[in-house]
Amino acid sequence: MADVRGERVNVVLALRDASKTGVISFFVLLPLIGFLTLTNIRNELILTTRWPLLFTWVGVIFSGRFIYSLAIAPWLAQRAMRPVAAAPSAWRSFVGKWFVPFAIGFAIAYPLIAIFGAGYDSALKWIDNFGIQILIYVMLGWGLNIVVGLAGLLDLGYVAFYAVGAYSYALLAKNFGFTFWLLLPLAGILSSFWGILLGFPVLRLRGDYLAIVTLAFGEIIRLVLINFVDLTNGYAGISGIPRPSFFGIPFNASDNGFDATFGFEFSPLHRTIFLYYVILALAFITAFVTVRLRRMPVGRAWEALREDEIACRSLGINTTNTKLTAFAMGAMFAGFAGSFFAARQGFISPESFTFLESATVLSIVVLGGMGSQIGVALAAVAFVGATEMLRELDFLKQIFGADFDPTQYRMLLFGAAMVLIMIWRPRGLVSSRDPSVFLKERKSISAELTKEGHG
Amino acid sequence: MAGVPDVVLRVEHLSMRFGGLVAVDNLSFEAKSGDITALIGPNGAGKTTVFNCITGFYKPSEGRIALKHGEPSIWDQIEPLTDRGERSVAYGSDALFLLERMPDFLVTQKARVARTFQNIRLFAGMTVLENLLVAQHNVLMLASGFTFLGIFGIPSYTAAERASIDKAKFWLDRIGLTARADDPAGDLPYGAQRRLEVARAMCTEPVLLCLDEPAAGLNPKESAELNELLLSIRKDHATSILLIEHDMSVVMGISDHIVVLDYGVKIADGNPEAVRNDEKVIAAYLGVADEEVAQVEAEVGL
Repeated sequence: MADVRGERVNVVLALRDASKTGVISFFVLLPLIGFLTLTNIRNELILTTRWPLLFTWVGVIFSGRFIYSLAIAPWLAQRAMRPVAAAPSAWRSFVGKWFVPFAIGFAIAYPLIAIFGAGYDSALKWIDNFGIQILIYVMLGWGLNIVVGLAGLLDLGYVAFYAVGAYSYALLAKNFGFTFWLLLPLAGILSSFWGILLGFPVLRLRGDYLAIVTLAFGEIIRLVLINFVDLTNGYAGISGIPRPSFFGIPFNASDNGFDATFGFEFSPLHRTIFLYYVILALAFITAFVTVRLRRMPVGRAWEALREDEIACRSLGINTTNTKLTAFAMGAMFAGFAGSFFAARQGFISPESFTFLESATVLSIVVLGGMGSQIGVALAAVAFVGATEMLRELDFLKQIFGADFDPTQYRMLLFGAAMVLIMIWRPRGLVSSRDPSVFLKERKSISAELTKEGHG
Repeated sequence: MAGVPDVVLRVEHLSMRFGGLVAVDNLSFEAKSGDITALIGPNGAGKTTVFNCITGFYKPSEGRIALKHGEPSIWDQIEPLTDRGERSVAYGSDALFLLERMPDFLVTQKARVARTFQNIRLFAGMTVLENLLVAQHNVLMLASGFTFLGIFGIPSYTAAERASIDKAKFWLDRIGLTARADDPAGDLPYGAQRRLEVARAMCTEPVLLCLDEPAAGLNPKESAELNELLLSIRKDHATSILLIEHDMSVVMGISDHIVVLDYGVKIADGNPEAVRNDEKVIAAYLGVADEEVAQVEAEVGL
């Protein structure tokens, strides 16, 4: 009897809760959905109403809330009461051990998987839009991770260095005919030079102030690219950028092209696969260098700087140089990625280097877990992969009508995902820190102890 | 130079003003080599300001702070050095540094003055071992060829890193934290964090170790352990200690020399016995008897 009664009380409570939510959502959605202003043929504004749509939404929200408070909330409460498992499960440690080798293997085999999975003709899209695009962001994320995740310096203008790398390649390759392999390191060096140039004046700044100045720096670079028309061709951008060759052998249909030389049938896919492996190699270099640097004194000094700058100074660490090296390293990897981007696209314009780009890379670093390379890579795959995936959801047109374009919901979905991740995992997907050195046993450090840095 | 006391640190006419506030006023004192010198005084007396001036965190408004490495005969060079406007002078292993002219990180790196903080400043998210390795940054940086050679794993860097881990192990053993070497520093109990901060400062191989209230918040047992640690540092290493402390059991128990500050002015300077019986010190700490207040008020006409 008591059980039935308890059940009924729960239903009543859930109904009351759902009704409250329904009333609130009605008033919130009334101006948003309920009313619609249209311009008629005489250019007059007329007010129409959309009651059915409004009530459908309110109904959806009402029933969602009802289900939540009746079933999901008690279940969550029960789950929270469950004792915490003392040791991580066998499955977890298995995943922890084999995830990285598996991911590396998958990345290497990915073009073949794409060709076998999607066929020779449509593999191009999968390798280019997913593979290369994701890897560029993985690389940018890893580069910014040095500045934001390790050294704790909030950089909102990271895209500036990406732009410097891209324009360095584009201008030097077009005007002087230097090759991709020569310009790749050169673009990195030029970018890190700009990193140091930015670093010097902003070293005194911390936290919000640093963020604002780096944001401004990113905008300055973009505005210079737009307005220095003689050099950069302004808004129109630079087109006809030389594409990278296979160690001197160009990818084209001519007799001395790549396919003719190696006896393949000509296909643009070969260039894409080549580019995929170039960016994969660049990303691996970035990861390898970062892993090595973390175990060097300079890497430890970066992390110490994030933890406590004053203590660093009291231990004789030159914090100015330490910050500059972090800026320079991060900028260098952005420069590599930028010159690769220019070489892959064959066309660049200031439109590719807006603040949104910086924000995207920064969100990848923050979502991934600051300082964690695996986390950043996962976040890049999830974020870039998901936005590319939206283009593939053509079947939704059958539900929502022919003029429905899922890619327009990109930022909305991204924002929602960000909010959810910050609720569930406030310190990012991989939030624990791996110590750079150990005496007896490597224990990961929980995010509660590590700091985010002050600037 | 027989008979002349071997002075390691000489503070002369040090003043520090923040706007209209005079935190330290014309303070002069000396710390002898191998001694534990304590700087005491009521709250707000300017002790930490003196520390911040010595360690380069503040630039003093006036005064000279000189530190010596090696033989005391190098003190003869202090006036020429000051006049030349340079930071330091060195002849072989003997050297003289004018700390007020150096930025904070060089005070530790070159002049070898290490410090701890009143509110513990460990790298909480790094392990105990990493904390001790960060303290050896400059040695390791040099060994790694400023990272360029180290990143390719040259053997001399590997050897240097092993040596620095050995040194960290030595200090972990001394402070009894070997078992917790791989735990994050932020997880340690308070007393252990204090000891770790001292060990971390010692890993920079200082000539002068400045401790800002190392016994604050420690229980009597931990405080006794700390005394032992400081005494053993003095015995086994060529390190002089400058100490700010409120805990009189620490101050009186281990100091060789005490300087007492009140409102930024030195009111006493001497051995523990003399300071303990100094009337001005007693007055500063305990206040004065009512009749004395009345007498002073009568003198100034209140």
